[in-house]
Amino acid sequence: MKRFEFIQPSSVEEALAAWEPGAAWLGGGTNLLDLMKIGAMQPDRVIDITRLPGLSGIETLSDGSIRIGALVRNSDLAVNATVARDLPMVAEALLSGASGQLRNAATVGGNLMQHTRCNYFQDPHAACNRREPGAGCDAREAGDRMALLGWSDGCIATNPSDFCVPLAALDAVIEVRGPQGAREIHVSEFHLLPGDNPQRVTALEPGELILALRLPPEATAFAGHARYLKVRDRTSFAFAMSSAAAALKMEDGRISDARLALGAVAAKPWRAAEAEAMLSGAAPEEALFTRAADAALAEAKPSGDNAWKIDLARRTAVRALLMAAAGTPARIPALPASPFGSKVGDLAHA
Amino acid sequence: MPDTLDPHVRFGSNSGQPVTRRDGLAKVTGTATFAADNTPDNMLYAVFVPAAIARGRVTGLDTEAAAAHPGVTHVLTPQNRPPLQGDPSDKPTMFSFRFEALQDDSVRYAGQPIALVVAETLEAANEGARLLNPKYERLTPRTDIDDAEPYAFEAAGFGLPANTVHGNPEAGHASAAQAIDVTYETAPQYHNAMETHAVVAKWEGDHLTLDMPSQAISMSCAGFAYYFGIPAENVTVRSPYLGGGFGSKAIPTGPYVLAILAARMTGRPVKMMLTRQQMFGPVGHRGQTRQRLRLGADDTGRLTVIDHEGIAATSTFDDFVEPAANASQGIYAAGALRSTHRAVKLDIGTPGPMRAPGEASGSAVLECALDELAEKLGLDPLELRLKNYAETEPGTGKPYSSKALRECYAQGAERFGWNSRPRAPGQMRDEDGLLVGWGMGTAFFPCPMFMAEANATLRADSTAVVETSAVDMGQGAWTALAQIAADSLGLPLDKVDFQAGRSGLPDGGVAGGSGHTATAGGALHAAGGDVIRQLGEIAAADPDSPLYGAGNAGFVARDGRLYVAGDESRSEAYTDILARSGGAEIAGNGSASRAPETAEQHAMNAHGAVFAEVKIDPDLCQMRVTRLVGAFAAGRIINPRLAESQLFGGMIWGISFALHEEARHDHKRGHIVNADLAGYHVPVNADVSGLDVITVHEEDPYVNALGIKGVGEIGITGTVGAIGNAIWHATGKRVRRFPIRIEDLLTS
Ligand SMILES: Cc1cc2nc3c(=O)[nH]c(=O)nc-3n(C[C@H](O)[C@H](O)[C@H](O)COP(=O)(O)OP(=O)(O)OC[C@H]3O[C@@H](n4cnc5c(N)ncnc54)[C@H](O)[C@@H]3O)c2cc1C
Ligand code: SF4
Repeated sequence: MKRFEFIQPSSVEEALAAWEPGAAWLGGGTNLLDLMKIGAMQPDRVIDITRLPGLSGIETLSDGSIRIGALVRNSDLAVNATVARDLPMVAEALLSGASGQLRNAATVGGNLMQHTRCNYFQDPHAACNRREPGAGCDAREAGDRMALLGWSDGCIATNPSDFCVPLAALDAVIEVRGPQGAREIHVSEFHLLPGDNPQRVTALEPGELILALRLPPEATAFAGHARYLKVRDRTSFAFAMSSAAAALKMEDGRISDARLALGAVAAKPWRAAEAEAMLSGAAPEEALFTRAADAALAEAKPSGDNAWKIDLARRTAVRALLMAAAGTPARIPALPASPFGSKVGDLAHA
Repeated sequence: MPDTLDPHVRFGSNSGQPVTRRDGLAKVTGTATFAADNTPDNMLYAVFVPAAIARGRVTGLDTEAAAAHPGVTHVLTPQNRPPLQGDPSDKPTMFSFRFEALQDDSVRYAGQPIALVVAETLEAANEGARLLNPKYERLTPRTDIDDAEPYAFEAAGFGLPANTVHGNPEAGHASAAQAIDVTYETAPQYHNAMETHAVVAKWEGDHLTLDMPSQAISMSCAGFAYYFGIPAENVTVRSPYLGGGFGSKAIPTGPYVLAILAARMTGRPVKMMLTRQQMFGPVGHRGQTRQRLRLGADDTGRLTVIDHEGIAATSTFDDFVEPAANASQGIYAAGALRSTHRAVKLDIGTPGPMRAPGEASGSAVLECALDELAEKLGLDPLELRLKNYAETEPGTGKPYSSKALRECYAQGAERFGWNSRPRAPGQMRDEDGLLVGWGMGTAFFPCPMFMAEANATLRADSTAVVETSAVDMGQGAWTALAQIAADSLGLPLDKVDFQAGRSGLPDGGVAGGSGHTATAGGALHAAGGDVIRQLGEIAAADPDSPLYGAGNAGFVARDGRLYVAGDESRSEAYTDILARSGGAEIAGNGSASRAPETAEQHAMNAHGAVFAEVKIDPDLCQMRVTRLVGAFAAGRIINPRLAESQLFGGMIWGISFALHEEARHDHKRGHIVNADLAGYHVPVNADVSGLDVITVHEEDPYVNALGIKGVGEIGITGTVGAIGNAIWHATGKRVRRFPIRIEDLLTS
């Protein structure tokens, strides 16, 4: 591993002052340290932010929004009573990710910032435009589970986060602070599509630090009909092949408002606005959900040998909508976000 | 003449009991010392640099930068690597492979060691390795089985025939009323035991001490002695605990040799432990196969021919060929049998034995092909197997030493509820609307024995020490072998000091081939028997003993006393016999191997039947094995708890093989893209539910003195096919590749 300087600031101000080009923030380290060990990331300076005060709270603000500190661990967030009650699909998505041990370490900020799992990004010997602008993209010929939407010839990677999918559906806002002061970024503008600039993966400017995440008051209005569904290669501890966060507001048997976001299909969690518009005001029926899912994937095109994945993403969206329509279960299933989640008598293996 | 138990032994006192692992507490509390836990004074760390290309040459290494890094003491490259006394291409022992230890600058597979950095700390060694920054001349790698030329080779697996024919296959094809001709693929699987390969090497003069996980201790000594030009007695291998072996830790590999070389060069102990990524290359793997099965049957379902052809991928520099097609020999009573192997050379590390080598891949495909035939014939899959039940070994006509497969089928089917299975696919749904499918497969594994020796010494206080260099890979040998030893000595388990897991003891043979309990256990049994025989002679000749003159009747040894066989009122404690005879210890020894005449006269196999239930989401195609019932007949079961866990482990590997494990090559660059455990999947707890094992009673008077057949590998066989067949039964879709993935169901 390349030598680096290790700094443990004790305030946000100190942390921001310690930043310089080539530095990296260290949260739980579950992503950054792996990448450093295999040589895919080589920061000169690692700034441990886990001792910063005031970033570990979960609070409900006076306007009803829920504010989550950047250092809240994924496990703690998932079992928080407010989150489980008001933002059930956020909790379900978190619990479907990684393993218990990893969730205990992973932070909110780190999860928002986690890097793509593209095999070539993780291999320092491969050509990767994201790691090294202009180097080329070895995944173009060999990746078969890559992006369907919003990809470019320069990069076909997907964002692997489960957590970010419901956040995208629920209009989360990310609070950051940097050399230029504090600002807020809407989640839909946070993760970037590759375009001609694949190395730019988020809207975070150099030296900016995520301090918190805020869910607006409207987000909690979907709590009764909100599900996250994740299709994967094994029953637990696997990244999504495709996923969907679906949330409905129901009034008199009709959908008064709808949210739909897809995971593992693009460089960002993919908010499906047209589909949402089709759903609003309609009666919740499978045929409608199928049309909505078709609309969500209308622009999808294979980025390799993955045409089948378009079909899978569509089916995932339909199912997530059906599950949301059926209502949020009283408790998160033992196998969260799983097609096998509703199985009666299943043990909490996940 | 069949082998029989030494008549003094009362099995059941220890053997047959579900004793918990004697090393369990040490393992769960972290006090068990695995190889890499050893940190002798003055130790250095070694790290090898894996090749980033799959074929070509290393043209540059920045050795200056690496050597200049603080803490780095040595950098080994092909230019300066000291000579070995034995050629790495030679095969000094049965389990030797040609290995890559910096002989030259060529690269033959991605992950091959191309340099070694030795340093005062692991971090410095790692950074030195990074600073070497290799430059390559690249040649187009060949990693795709479709692009490679077949080549001629002599043997499949370890010395197995490449081609075997019984009867007339052409006639079998010609006379078939129904036939199928199907081709399946199995993926390369890479060794990933929980403990990665590790060694701490220390030289004292020309004596070498190795703390390393080894499945074959005396063979390791002989192998390393050969490469380093010293007598085998000069090599000490200490291997008290292993975090899994599965075949890969029976073999001296290049990284080990380099670490030992570094220790000799530096005059200091050297530790090397492979990273997870480094496991994907130099330490063996289960070779990729493509298998074609042509089956013919008459109208009633009797097989006229099983024609099994396997193409296996091997490396360019050695020739282990996965003996998959042999899995069709010896199992079903077909009119004709043909097993043919072909092989292609690819730019990959050499494959080697992995748990049930040949049988796992071959049985997976054979059992699916039979299912396809059953469908065509309109027969229940179990019925088809029963119609072709082999009463004697097909081809040779030899009687089986024992075979309770019929009972396995019956008990497994009963426990599973197989009789209510609808024949047509796609008929069953659960309460959540998930597709449900049931499938089955026959499990089958030969019972080889190696050669082992053991000593036993009974002490005056009626305790004993027994010794053999047997190995506990995690399978429970420390416990099961000690149980055998205790019974053979007629002592409670806690009176026996069981010494194993290192060299310098009588040769305990190889923990492999599912034959370790039979072989090392047989030697321990014989050694204990030798002690008891001597003890009986002393007592029978001693006028002061209640056993005086009873020699002809024979004795039974139990709980530290000798009893006259048939007259339990006459007995005496060992302590009394020994005290009167001067209090000396009694030492015995024994050995075990397969008796050649019984092997010639009998076919010897363990058998079983596995039944699987899968559930599949009808739209999303995500799959889950929800129930597995395996009924196995494997001779005498020494420890039911440990045997069950071995069978569970095999069946779980069956899930892994059927649904998860696959090393994916990027054929353009030739490397494995998913070389870590986030990308290379094995089942997690949530993938394993409803495991059920039945051990079917079986007495085998021929297989060996103890009647043991072995349970280490058979669990995989049968299971993979059962799962594949269940997936077909749930969906009506026949996926002819393993692992079966979501996209395979979506697109078929
Ligand atoms: C084996 C494995 C399986 C996994 N499976 C899943 C899965 O199924 N689903 C899923 O969603 N995730 C999965 N993950 C990923 C996991 O969720 C992330 O590793 C984790 O969320 C990262 O959080 P962290 O705090 O450890 O981040 P770190 O590793 O500390 O940091 C990650 C990145 O974020 C940056 N960063 C951290 N905090 C901040 C901040 N406050 N402001 C700005 N930048 C910051 C770091 O500089 C770094 O670039 C898996 C990970 C592993 C190793
Ligand atoms: S897809 Fe993107 S992340 Fe992957 S190799 Fe190409 S540029 Fe890099």
